[in-house]
Amino acid sequence: MPEKKTYKITHNRKWCKDCGICVAVCPKKVFEMDHNGRQAIVNPQDCIGCQMCVEHCPDFALIVEEVSHE
Amino acid sequence: MKLDALRSERLPNIWCPGCGNGIVLRALLEAIDQLKLDPDKVVLVSGIGCSSRAPAYTAFDNVHTLHGRAIPVATGIKLANPDLTVIVVTGDGDSSAIGGNHLIHAARRDVDITVIVFNNFNYGMTGGQGSPLTPVSSITTTAPNGTLDRPFDLVNLAAGAGATYVARSGIYFTKHMVDHIRKAIAHHGFSLVDAVAQCPTYFGRFNKKGSAGQMLVSQKDWMVLKSVADKKTPEELVGKTVIGEFVNIERNPAQSGEAPKEQA
Ligand SMILES: Cc1ncc(C[n+]2csc(CCOP(=O)(O)OP(=O)(O)O)c2C)c(N)n1
Ligand code: SF4
Ligand code: SF4
Repeated sequence: MPEKKTYKITHNRKWCKDCGICVAVCPKKVFEMDHNGRQAIVNPQDCIGCQMCVEHCPDFALIVEEVSHE
Repeated sequence: MKLDALRSERLPNIWCPGCGNGIVLRALLEAIDQLKLDPDKVVLVSGIGCSSRAPAYTAFDNVHTLHGRAIPVATGIKLANPDLTVIVVTGDGDSSAIGGNHLIHAARRDVDITVIVFNNFNYGMTGGQGSPLTPVSSITTTAPNGTLDRPFDLVNLAAGAGATYVARSGIYFTKHMVDHIRKAIAHHGFSLVDAVAQCPTYFGRFNKKGSAGQMLVSQKDWMVLKSVADKKTPEELVGKTVIGEFVNIERNPAQSGEAPKEQA
């Protein structure tokens, strides 16, 4: 059976402005705004690599890459 | 995608949290990347406004001109150097108000440049005043009780003025936007993309559009693909903005954009 693909999410804290767009567009609820109104990656294991957050982040703050299991 | 042309040493950008300009900039970089253009042969020209800051975040040669005047400068660059790919980055105010006359005449002349309008329905940089693209009844700094005047339909305006490629897209539809910006740049002749962005700070706040994320995702509700819209009645399309390609015609060969050949 093919192994489930996994993804690495890199978040650039220095560029992020906590706008919440990644929270709104992610279909898998990977992100949340924390109680201080800061963006947090809460469910990275659920990422399906769709790139919705990457393409919609106005601040170029996200990179999502497939992790290779060699 | 590798963002080779992004000048990361200049980030974070100056735009507000959730501003749509960064999303259009990314789509533009992706479109240029897909075309595999020689980066030394790409020039970005902008006017004045929040959106007009975008070229400075790229490694391409760029000129930040005067408010409304990007198109005449771009025209000059193209006429002097026809082998360059010249792209104008402009706001809805920059292109349709103070620069409106330049826009229609460049379209009429079919100058071989591409105009990407970062359309956020207001003057962001100066505090949310209305532009000629502000929808009727929207609140702006200059229309606190709602805009009375009808907006231009930028697509029809460009088409009517003679543009040979015209498209509209929205920042929620990133792949659609990349595709249409890419086609506009590849098109030989005057091309325009109405790239519907967002200004959560002014237009969004004044008009109670919710958070930046809600404002962005709402494009799914008020935008309709042209292929779908073509099968609908005008009544069904009230309140909807149609996105897609509206004009894609071959230019008049006499308007090649190249310097006239010497008479034999
Ligand atoms: C000749 C001139 N008139 C007015 C201004 C003030 N001004 C600066 S930006 C701007 C409007 C920008 O709006 P838009 O083009 O929609 O761009 P946005 O900031 O929304 O991206 C105005 C009126 C100016 N800089 N120069
Ligand atoms: S979309 Fe980008 S800038 Fe906005 S909260 Fe997410 S990572 Fe930060
Ligand atoms: S004022 Fe509006 S257009 Fe300007 S950076 Fe802020 S959100 Fe963007």
